[in-house]
Amino acid sequence: MNRNPLFLAALFASIAFAQSTPIAYTGAHIIPISGAEIADGVIVIQNGKILAVGATGAVSIPSGAQLVDAKSKVIMPGIVDSHSHIGEPEGGDASSPIQPDVRVLDSINVHAAQIEKARAGGVTTANVMPGSGHLSSGQTLYLKLRKGNTIEDLLIKLPDGSNAGGLKMANGTNPRRAPPFPGTRGKAAALVRADLIKAQEYKAKVAAAKGDASKLPPRDLRMEALVEVLDGKRTVHFHTHRHDDIMTVIRLSQEFHFKVVLHHVSDGWMVADEIAKAKTPVSVIMIDSPGGKEEAKDLSLTTPARLEAAGVLFGFHTDDGITDSRLFLRSAAIAVRAGLSRSTALYAMTMANARILDLDARVGTLEAGKDADFIVLSGDPLSVYSHVLETWIEGQKVFDRGDPHDRLEQVGGPGASHDQNPFWTDDDGGGEEVQQ
Amino acid sequence: MKRAVVLMALSTAAALTLAAQNLAIKGETVYTMAGAPLRDGVVLIHDGKIERVGVASQVKIPSGYQTLTATIVTPGLVDAHSTVGLTGYENAPTSQDQLERGAAIQPELRALDAYDPQERLIEWVRQFGVTTMNTGHGPGALVSGQTMIVKTVGHTADEAAIVPMAMIAASLGEDGRGEQGKSPGTRGKEIAMLRTEFIKAQEALNKSAKPEKPEAKTPDRDLKTEAFIRVLKGETPLLVTAERARDVISAIRLAKEFNFKLIIDSCSECGMIISEVKASGYPVILHASMKRAGGETENISFEDAAKLAAAGIPFALQSGYEGYVPKTRVILWEAAIAAANGLTFDQALASITISAAKLIGVGDRLGSLEAGKDGDVALYDGDPFEYTTHCVGTVINGKVVSSGKF
Repeated sequence: MNRNPLFLAALFASIAFAQSTPIAYTGAHIIPISGAEIADGVIVIQNGKILAVGATGAVSIPSGAQLVDAKSKVIMPGIVDSHSHIGEPEGGDASSPIQPDVRVLDSINVHAAQIEKARAGGVTTANVMPGSGHLSSGQTLYLKLRKGNTIEDLLIKLPDGSNAGGLKMANGTNPRRAPPFPGTRGKAAALVRADLIKAQEYKAKVAAAKGDASKLPPRDLRMEALVEVLDGKRTVHFHTHRHDDIMTVIRLSQEFHFKVVLHHVSDGWMVADEIAKAKTPVSVIMIDSPGGKEEAKDLSLTTPARLEAAGVLFGFHTDDGITDSRLFLRSAAIAVRAGLSRSTALYAMTMANARILDLDARVGTLEAGKDADFIVLSGDPLSVYSHVLETWIEGQKVFDRGDPHDRLEQVGGPGASHDQNPFWTDDDGGGEEVQQ
Repeated sequence: MKRAVVLMALSTAAALTLAAQNLAIKGETVYTMAGAPLRDGVVLIHDGKIERVGVASQVKIPSGYQTLTATIVTPGLVDAHSTVGLTGYENAPTSQDQLERGAAIQPELRALDAYDPQERLIEWVRQFGVTTMNTGHGPGALVSGQTMIVKTVGHTADEAAIVPMAMIAASLGEDGRGEQGKSPGTRGKEIAMLRTEFIKAQEALNKSAKPEKPEAKTPDRDLKTEAFIRVLKGETPLLVTAERARDVISAIRLAKEFNFKLIIDSCSECGMIISEVKASGYPVILHASMKRAGGETENISFEDAAKLAAAGIPFALQSGYEGYVPKTRVILWEAAIAAANGLTFDQALASITISAAKLIGVGDRLGSLEAGKDGDVALYDGDPFEYTTHCVGTVINGKVVSSGKF
């Protein structure tokens, strides 16, 4: 609430420096995901990274560390959401069915209340996607939900300097519309194949030019994005529900050798073995009842258990606003209700999604050297009675249930859906005490 | 795989046709909702009605009674407001009978004529313990039609119905507006149109009470006016779905003017007008806990139920109406979220059992496990609100209508 410009300047400076004093949460029940749960454990973080994780007594806590008593609390990795629509992302318009040139990067409102609510649900990394009303509605972004002022503050930079993200595609009924959109499933697949073949040819021309600018084809943003797909640099996130649509995605990915993740998969339980055979990873949504649309009429809460039995790598997603990021852990718990194992359920909320997004070197588990992205829970993550108490990203506390504004975002109430006022960025934003 | 599903469906159908059994339902904890929970309790059901409820050591199970056992036993769940059966899971226009857009005010539309007892969503909610729903015409028109109270079994609407005309459903605010420039187009017009109907009904009522000439012939029947007369006479409550605080206040003003039984519905901003709602004396069928925040529901809170409870306002929870996915919410899971956000376990369970039954007017026969009430019971293998607990049995009128692990 402090509106003093000097204060704000100090605040943003503190974000840049990250936290240099080590912080140790002690006595917590720790779920590292990378190994067995630790009943009485310690996690130490410094400079935005995890220094150490282990059982009490087995971890040396640096002298001068700030100690936080986390007895009776549960700590697990920050949650990774492999499919979300927080921040009002916009993709392609009504002009054509395949728009891989369009980036959500150019549309996201980082002050949207939905992003604050996602932090309140323990989400630290999210694949923010455009919609499913196109065969391809554009490029997605993998974001860290840092408290930033512009979208640039939330990006994940890859070693080559590009922004981490994928490409959204969809089949089934959502992209069906009047021409130039497809009217049937056969047409949908034909349109996608035609563009991917063009991209193959474009790629061949680029290769043939061998860097000679005079021989390069004119730049084509659509083709450039599809070539990244063909090269395996940009994962395709494919909205698909019905069993036959799922198999169509697998068929396309095998024809063009692109990396793909099957999203939603209402009928996943019917073709779990086929998905396993194709070694295609999956991102599952959990919905409270079947139907709502024709292609989700056979949705089953047992899909995660069936995928587990078949040996498929899968994560969960919110599809926020379809389900609420604040209740994302509920998806894992309902899957456990329907037969999924606890360990796979928690893996699917964290490391499986990190792998799906190729971010597993940085996030997804509590291991030394990884980003200090973690959440503190009041109890077991699969219990309805547990609340996310704190959410940390790279050593910064980005949500604290003890803060009245943060609590409002978590439970709702008057003003909870308003965009976050950037000047409300309060003293927990920097993760450290800010000297005025 | 598909064959297994078909077989399951067949066996469920077969179970439904079984005659009422005499049942002894034993629970490590039995929440009767009529007094303290019973440890090692037993519920005896005879000819579809609850015969006796007590602790196992004091209740002898008569011979010939089939025994069911569960960790937790509760009354069958009562969903105080749903549209299931009028809204179908496929969400195709042909299966969406909760809203007719031909006119703004149509209280004559009966739920009974639109309810599909074979709808798959009914089986879906039943497997989680839901035995009764107040279902019918949904929000989306100023007065959309009637609701009715059904058991979640029955081959025909008539068989399912226990109260064929329960409430008349109205909507205020955005949901009450007409389409494409049709009236009502504003909040003021919504209330003016409703007042006009009530005044018309008052005049018709007065005329029929004091005929000017004894030999005057009865006026022509008008289904719309007849429905409003029922509301004026207090025979049928008006269920007013309103999210914004000002619309709820308008509904209260209207109800005081015409002295009808108002049930405040959804009320996403109830938390902002607790004292006014309390002072009005009208009960609330609160929004689903997980109803999405946005537009008119932007100020909704997981803690709204706790606020109503703290103020002593009579309330129940609802699954509500969903236009997309999930095509229905499950009342058990909505109560669970409320229980995790300030409601006590007992308050949360009451909001989907006894409080819900009382609020919709069937508290004398449903909502608690007491001798003489309907044999409607839900069985769970743990705390019913925990995500990972299963519903292991649903009993309606003494018949096991769902068994397994859901």
